[in-house]
Amino acid sequence: MENWLNAFALLSNFVIVPAIAYGSQLALGALGVTLVFGILRFSNFAHGDTMSLGTMVVILFTWWFQSMGINLGPLPTALLALPFGIFFCAVFVLLSDRFVYRFYRAKRADPVIYLIASVGIMFITNGIVRFIIGPDDQNFADGERFIIRAREFKEMTGLDQGVTIKLSQGLTFVTMIVVVAALFWFLNRTRSGKSMRAYSDNEDLALLSGINPDKVVAITWIIAAALATIAGTLYGLDKSFKPFTYFQLLLPIFAAAIVGGLGNPLGAIAGGFVIAFSEITITYAYKRFVEYLMPESWEAGGLIQLLSTDYKFAVSFIILLLVLLVRPHGIFKGTGV
Amino acid sequence: MSGALRNISYFVVMTALIVVVGQLQSWNLALSILNLCIISAIMALGVNIQWGYAGLFNVGVMGFAALGGLAAMLISVPPVQEAWAVGGTGVLLGFVTAIVTIAAAVFTFRSLARGTLRTLAIIVVCTLGYAITRSVFDPATDAIESVNPASTGYLGGFGLPILLSWPVGGIFAGCAAWVVGKITLGLRTDYLAIATLGISEIIVAMLKNEDWMTRGVKNVVGLPRPVPFEINLQQSQWFLDLCAKLGTAPVTFSSIFVKLCYAGLFTVVLLVVLYLSEKALRSPWGRMMRAIRDNEVSSNAMGKNIKARHLQVFILGSVVVGIAGAMLTTLDGQLTPASYQPLRFTFLIWVMVIVGGSGNNWGAVLGGFVIWYFWIQAEPLGIWLMNLITANMDAGSALRAHLLDSAQHMRLMTMGLILLLTLRFSPRGLIPEGSAKR
Repeated sequence: MENWLNAFALLSNFVIVPAIAYGSQLALGALGVTLVFGILRFSNFAHGDTMSLGTMVVILFTWWFQSMGINLGPLPTALLALPFGIFFCAVFVLLSDRFVYRFYRAKRADPVIYLIASVGIMFITNGIVRFIIGPDDQNFADGERFIIRAREFKEMTGLDQGVTIKLSQGLTFVTMIVVVAALFWFLNRTRSGKSMRAYSDNEDLALLSGINPDKVVAITWIIAAALATIAGTLYGLDKSFKPFTYFQLLLPIFAAAIVGGLGNPLGAIAGGFVIAFSEITITYAYKRFVEYLMPESWEAGGLIQLLSTDYKFAVSFIILLLVLLVRPHGIFKGTGV
Repeated sequence: MSGALRNISYFVVMTALIVVVGQLQSWNLALSILNLCIISAIMALGVNIQWGYAGLFNVGVMGFAALGGLAAMLISVPPVQEAWAVGGTGVLLGFVTAIVTIAAAVFTFRSLARGTLRTLAIIVVCTLGYAITRSVFDPATDAIESVNPASTGYLGGFGLPILLSWPVGGIFAGCAAWVVGKITLGLRTDYLAIATLGISEIIVAMLKNEDWMTRGVKNVVGLPRPVPFEINLQQSQWFLDLCAKLGTAPVTFSSIFVKLCYAGLFTVVLLVVLYLSEKALRSPWGRMMRAIRDNEVSSNAMGKNIKARHLQVFILGSVVVGIAGAMLTTLDGQLTPASYQPLRFTFLIWVMVIVGGSGNNWGAVLGGFVIWYFWIQAEPLGIWLMNLITANMDAGSALRAHLLDSAQHMRLMTMGLILLLTLRFSPRGLIPEGSAKR
């Protein structure tokens, strides 16, 4: 029995807890992509770099607050800087919409033109981020590091295996719940949210019923910027901030949005967790886990790892291809295809 | 007439720009820019075949170029006999079991009716096949990687002339394009874009991590060359005679001579690809492709198989990119997987195509030349600009040091800006599609 508990503790520590945190981050990122897709009808390739831009502003404000001695006690100072990050990020995406996307919207351009324009925006955002903060790793986490330490857990339960929950992981999950609840309340209960959903369902009908498209688009961009900044900051707190990593996050985020059904917010959240759990369960080495469950004399021949962690992007890619092959609309029906 | 004159003048100006570099900086630099310009132009031609002819958005140029690079290495490097002895059969057996697994999965898919049973059967077949493949493959690769890891630790290649790798690189890229295209074409354009982004990341991850094949980040250096080595030239009598006749120093002239040889080879490929592309564009096939691009519904009504044509053109474009990738690795003389960066290999090529003129082959070539030239020259230009801006600042100021440090990142911003401005104000590019006589 104890072996089973130990095995489960081991699995929680290395698979379940990290996957929940990573899944929350992907879900927030995918929500941004899916909202932009639902309203503006294109896949925003600049989303990863929007995340890094927002996070960069948060980091700069965090450093400033830290230098002034302002902090939140056990919580990371970055939370205090988050509103500023969201503000600057929102201003940036609204400007990019004003000077780039609005022109193509007025012309009712082909979606692929938006795609190319978003690549241009991606270049510029990436350049700005590298120009201001540089291409290297930045660490900006402070406050308490753990909610439960491995040692405390072992003393509490008397097991051999400890479970560590980092503060950033707990914070990520709680923030995700709060943000998603607020977003769904907004989309389902408020006038602006309802007009957004109407616009997403049927653009012409929405315009006929007097919905102001400029307002809908602006709100979408602000929400997308907020989601991107929050997702980016949480990812940066949990791991670390590096501009290129955020560009690479684009693939799992898109995979999450497509798996869930592009344009469907609920699907984006489900997709985020599907991608995160598959990525981590497939790249985890089960050697010790299996050893707990097997009789003493049995010894594992290798690491029992399905795929090396270097190929974690391959996991999101393969899931993406499988979904496109089997259910091109995604798990939940999206507006795509 | 004026259109043709303008187009010719673009190329004249471009030539003049390279000559200016040769006169002001050095001929060595001018020729290395020229060589990379030609390779970029070929890659841009490949992307133009996909985007300009058919409107397909491929964000995985890097991956196809990297496959070309892999081919260059695999074809040219001599085989490592020891590694083949310890792990060759294991690796080959691993490939066989992998292929058998895929065949078995496809067979199960075809022979059973749709339902839970089929899904379960496929999962069982795949898991079993994967386990068997790994159990054959892993010991073999471990054995290979432990053979003298400091200098080899990989299987090596076939020891054939490196020029052969150019078409092989094209074939590799074409096979990868077939897999991606088969699955994602026929769906929204966004899906193709994301899938190509994914496959390119995976191909590069494979090059970086499969040490038994590519030595990973340890790189394979000293690939055989299709042209003579500088040192051999400097020792051969005919070359010294030539230098004496031209009145140049043998050391500088030997490296210029080598670069000229490369430029000659690359120009032949460029001209062949350009000729074939132009022929294809003006043929009934090219008109059909443009018809499909401009109106899928009506071409479908005319009986054209849109998905099959898209797959065809997607593979053709990727083949051209693969050839260019192999040429690039040949020029570098080494396979360095870490050097494949998406911003440099994928998005820069896109800027070339958009700026040059999508749908026009001459435009793609011109775009390749112009953008590569500015990509190279933007760095000194950026540093010069930053020096100018910071000239009045305190020499020890942190801001000045930061600005000077970051000048290199200005290139990204400039490229993004060029892309957006072209797309907005001159979406047809420098040499628009319709300008040439059809």
